[in-house]
Amino acid sequence: MMPFKPETWIAYTFAILSGFAFGFVLERAGFGSSKKLAAQFYLRDMTVLKVMFTAIVTAMLGLVVLRSVGLVDMEKIYVNPTFLGPQVAGGLIFGAGFAIGGYCPGTSVVAAATGKIDALAFLGGAMAGILGFAGAYGKIARFATSGGGKRQFLMDWLHLSYGTVAILVTLLALGMFAGAEWIERKMRGSPEEDPSETHSAAPTPAE
Amino acid sequence: MTTHTQTQGSHEKPMWDPYVAGFFLGLVLLGTFLVVGRGLGASGALARFTARITDVFAPTWVSSNGAFGGYFAKGARWWDDWLVFEVIGVVLGGLAAGLTSGRFGLQVERGPRVTPRQRLFFAFLGGAIVGFGARLAQGCTSGQALTGGATLALGSWAFMFAVFGGAYGIAYFVRRLWT
Repeated sequence: MMPFKPETWIAYTFAILSGFAFGFVLERAGFGSSKKLAAQFYLRDMTVLKVMFTAIVTAMLGLVVLRSVGLVDMEKIYVNPTFLGPQVAGGLIFGAGFAIGGYCPGTSVVAAATGKIDALAFLGGAMAGILGFAGAYGKIARFATSGGGKRQFLMDWLHLSYGTVAILVTLLALGMFAGAEWIERKMRGSPEEDPSETHSAAPTPAE
Repeated sequence: MTTHTQTQGSHEKPMWDPYVAGFFLGLVLLGTFLVVGRGLGASGALARFTARITDVFAPTWVSSNGAFGGYFAKGARWWDDWLVFEVIGVVLGGLAAGLTSGRFGLQVERGPRVTPRQRLFFAFLGGAIVGFGARLAQGCTSGQALTGGATLALGSWAFMFAVFGGAYGIAYFVRRLWT
């Protein structure tokens, strides 16, 4: 039955390995570049949306399938507690900073590791912002901890089953992918040939 | 859609197709769920590093602080967290990928209309806003949107749409930075 939850030193070794894979994939996705990340917000490059939702759907479907055959116990998997107010407010602030700074925390680490000096400035800023939050914590703690902090799911909000929500999220992602491809074609302006909508693993010679 | 038009020198390896990269990212995330029962993250580790650095200068303030104090409570060790080790891996993985793709190089990446000095200022400013927002939301694009999103956590989905809302909402006003 998963998760295995190995003893601490094995878990931390696995943390370094999975972090390595995470950082490697982010770089290969092009997320070590602030220009590429920021282009998402000017509809010129929808890679952020595509990568993010493909990853979410992949992991989500993996969990749904393994759960349905009894191989994983969802109760033993950490689920971010829901604090709606602070999460929406924090998300809006975060998004504004993302568009100004061109990174989010994880991508700034990858960018800094590949030599981007602006990513080091971003990381310095992020630490200053974290410090600022700690400094202001006495005044904002009430709001920051408001909203219950319960283990809540989209299923609870929509009053639908786990499987149904997973299907809806998958359809939502597919719809957004179609929209993203359409926008990218539109923004490139040229009626390009683009013969295949298939997404093969390796870059094919045709490209 | 693999026709990327961004800056790619002749020596650079092409980036992965976004859907392929996303699929592998999803497998990594699924792997951490199945092995340790947790997902990926970044800002939580940054908060611990920040607390550790601040502790050098103001130890009493840090240990009595509501946001940081827990990292230094009796019996707790600031580095004793899954995310701290995971982020060390992110640095190594990013470095390895950069070195093997030809995309490693010291530079201040910036939009066409800003100077390097302006870019560094706005990178720091954006970082500060992101850092504050991430702590308020108790996570970032990795720890909330990606990880919480995959477990279908309600608050994580609210966070994710708020991030896109905040970014698209301000993008027009800061377009000089990027276009």
